[in-house]
Amino acid sequence: MKIHEYQAKEVFAAFGIPVPRERVAARSDEAASLARELGMPVVIKAQVLVGGRGKAGGVKKVESHDQVESVAGSIIGMDIKGLRVNKVLVSECVDIRSEAYVGIVVDRATRAPVLMASAAGGVEIEEVAKATPEKILKTAIDPAAGLLGFQARNIGMALYGDAKLAREFAGIAQKLYRIFVQKDCSLIEINPLVKLGSGSLLALDAKINFDDNADFRHKEWEEMRDLSAEEPTEVEAKAAGLTYIKLAGNVGCVVNGAGLAMATMDLIKRYGGEPANFLDVGGSSSPEKMVTAMRIILSDPNVKAILINIFGGITRCDDIATGLLQAQKQADIRVPLVARLTGTNAEKAREILKGSAVTPADSMADAVKKAVALAGGAK
Amino acid sequence: MSIIVDKNTRLIVQGITGRDGAFHAKAMKEYGTQVVGGVTPGKGGQTVEGLPVFDSVEDAVRKTAANASIIFVPASFATDAMYECIASGLDLVVCISEGVPTMDMVKVLDYAKGAKTRILGPNCPGVISPGKAKVGIMPAASFKPGCVGVVSRSGTLTYEMAAQTAEFGQSTVVGIGGDPVIGTNFIDCLRMFNDDLETKAIVVVGEIGGTDEEKAAEFVRQHVKKPVLGFIAGQTAPPGKRMGHAGAIISGGSGTAPEKIKAFEAAGITVVHEPQEIGPKLKERL
Repeated sequence: MKIHEYQAKEVFAAFGIPVPRERVAARSDEAASLARELGMPVVIKAQVLVGGRGKAGGVKKVESHDQVESVAGSIIGMDIKGLRVNKVLVSECVDIRSEAYVGIVVDRATRAPVLMASAAGGVEIEEVAKATPEKILKTAIDPAAGLLGFQARNIGMALYGDAKLAREFAGIAQKLYRIFVQKDCSLIEINPLVKLGSGSLLALDAKINFDDNADFRHKEWEEMRDLSAEEPTEVEAKAAGLTYIKLAGNVGCVVNGAGLAMATMDLIKRYGGEPANFLDVGGSSSPEKMVTAMRIILSDPNVKAILINIFGGITRCDDIATGLLQAQKQADIRVPLVARLTGTNAEKAREILKGSAVTPADSMADAVKKAVALAGGAK
Repeated sequence: MSIIVDKNTRLIVQGITGRDGAFHAKAMKEYGTQVVGGVTPGKGGQTVEGLPVFDSVEDAVRKTAANASIIFVPASFATDAMYECIASGLDLVVCISEGVPTMDMVKVLDYAKGAKTRILGPNCPGVISPGKAKVGIMPAASFKPGCVGVVSRSGTLTYEMAAQTAEFGQSTVVGIGGDPVIGTNFIDCLRMFNDDLETKAIVVVGEIGGTDEEKAAEFVRQHVKKPVLGFIAGQTAPPGKRMGHAGAIISGGSGTAPEKIKAFEAAGITVVHEPQEIGPKLKERL
């Protein structure tokens, strides 16, 4: 789960990481009065859960107070990579001398968190990592001991070549790690961490992604969640215990298991079709889940056929078949269905579906070919 | 021979009094696995499916000489269950539970350093050596004794791949799990399969996200003398979207299917582009 910059900055401030004086506004007149409090000039920043907002015109410096309302008004409501901007952050202008990058993630290969930093801040760190990997400094963090002072100071020294700044950097990095652990982050970043004219460091931007798996111990995340940034159908699916991701094609699919779901999408593409979605019905199946899955897929008007590919283990094929028949009764299924059901209780499922309008298939490849043909054929 | 589990595996089921734990305890026992008991704190003394329930892993090990455990408890209790197995000196712990926070798993694996316990998972279907032992949730009928070793990041896709190798059967099939941080990885399994006399060919089933497949390919190139076949799921997955598994996400332009396929091919791994090609390709390489 991603949170907005202003929310991440609130977390930073609570842990003592220096941030600019700034406030969030949902209306342009609010932004204008905030700017008056802060003093001109100000920077107005779109709050949107996607990178590259600066390039999209979502970050603007405003010199004179009478322009704040119109600039804020032009950013609020703006569309950035398909997401609507609902709020802006009105921030004081600071005197920037240099920009660095600092972040923490779990390195999958070493199975440990890693502190990453670069003197080339302010730009997309992935670009730096690709073009000039040597410019990224890294240190592995011992999960039992935490980020040690000397580790952080050494990185700070490499960044700034100054003992005082290295100590200040170390303080910020250790607070960042404390947040990473206590708030169950999957990613925490300051980009850029700026050196001010006064000689001290400040987090000009903030990015926090939470580890969704830890949501059982963070009830507060629900309030921080911005549902407007998520596909409503994806949210509905999640509530029903399904994982759904909308794609651009016309062959809908219902599969059990993420790997098999991806493989099914790939096979649709291989046989000349285009998958309309990723949908994993999860481990334990119930007929109700199938009804919801069918309704969600059919809410996409592009869908011309639906492929059901189930390899029953924990999931029982008879549950899936019963759910399919219920869905046919309850929902208006306007497209052909193709079902390949194998594994646990596959025989029972075949009995249940006998005489129904569902086209049976005896292998994954057979099912995909039939579904692609029913959706209008290969392109 | 086979890897990880066999006739000598003596298994306890953590969470045996729960719905899934009880169901699979019975299924594994029926398959022929030596299931010797279960653990649910506070329910010691009961029996489930004719198996004794203990309050702790330590107690269960003392009374049954168990050497392996399978975990079916909710994610919020799964890490504690794993710590308990490591502390009790088990050889193997298989964590089926889904949704363990990544940093919790980092700490478990750090705690396990130097201990003899192999951790498989979390968020995995388990492991099966057909005809010998099943320590997992897979539908047994899809697996047959034979000579192909299968290692995979996913669950049901593993069943599909096993079904496609039915002609040759399998020595062992390992589902390592779809999370970013896992106890046993591709390389661990490749090393074991390479040393296993019964395994004549290896199938590696990968998916998008991370660089584990690339590292596995490098290991194959340097060390594996047996034929290796590979499949990568997620060619049509969009970047930035978590495809069900916490680990299956293309981020920052890395972890894509084409990169992984390229790495496989460069290492001499025969890449199949759909599951049903596995059978014919195996015939060519064996």
